[in-house]
Amino acid sequence: MTQADAGVVRREIVVEAPIDKAFMVFTDRFGDFKPPEHNLLSVPIAETVFEPKVGGNIVDRGEDGSECRWARILAYDPPHRVVFSWDIGPTWQVETNPDHTSEVEVTFTAETPDRTRVELEHRHIDRHGPGWESVRDGIAEDQGWPLYLDRYAALLGQAR
Amino acid sequence: MQCLADRPRAVGELAEELPISRQAVSQHLRVLKDAGLVTNQAEGTRRIYRLNPAGVAALKDQLDTFWRRALDGYQNTVEDKTEESS
Repeated sequence: MTQADAGVVRREIVVEAPIDKAFMVFTDRFGDFKPPEHNLLSVPIAETVFEPKVGGNIVDRGEDGSECRWARILAYDPPHRVVFSWDIGPTWQVETNPDHTSEVEVTFTAETPDRTRVELEHRHIDRHGPGWESVRDGIAEDQGWPLYLDRYAALLGQAR
Repeated sequence: MQCLADRPRAVGELAEELPISRQAVSQHLRVLKDAGLVTNQAEGTRRIYRLNPAGVAALKDQLDTFWRRALDGYQNTVEDKTEESS
């Protein structure tokens, strides 16, 4: 693996839905399918709002009214493409320095009128670099990575 | 660190690209190395520094898992909705 590839995650999925619907569900209902354990708030999330415009945010709102704006919408071209920043550091804290954030591009391609290919690229992950020390420390602590992995395993177990 | 993310480099190469002295670059690299963020390797008379891939790899794994689960959830959401409306 080259250093350039090290900072990129790519995934794609084909869904049985028209492109307009595929785009709308991805943006408008982001909070409905986002893995719920990744909550940066200290209280349960009441809703996740994907503000549908360049300059908007993805916002988690807690049941107590608290807010976490964890992404900036960088491109919004319905129904073909959306790009947003990933302002979450390696320890799942909001990263306030844009130079240390990565970005996610999602493209939608109609394969047939009722089928859409969704390609996701999460790139510049290496920009989160200054947080790696925290990741390393987190791995070593009981409350860090092992906890996350346990939660993943538990959730995957429930799903089966 | 962004310079090193592009490709491994020697101290002299880094100093040419950065607005600080070679000595300052060496000091920064020592701190990064002590923190486990970069590793180095002798190549002839030069010492080549590279990012320690464990840090990026760990974050990448975490994000890969996040998006796998998110897209699975997305597929369920979008296809359920299709059935409801048809």
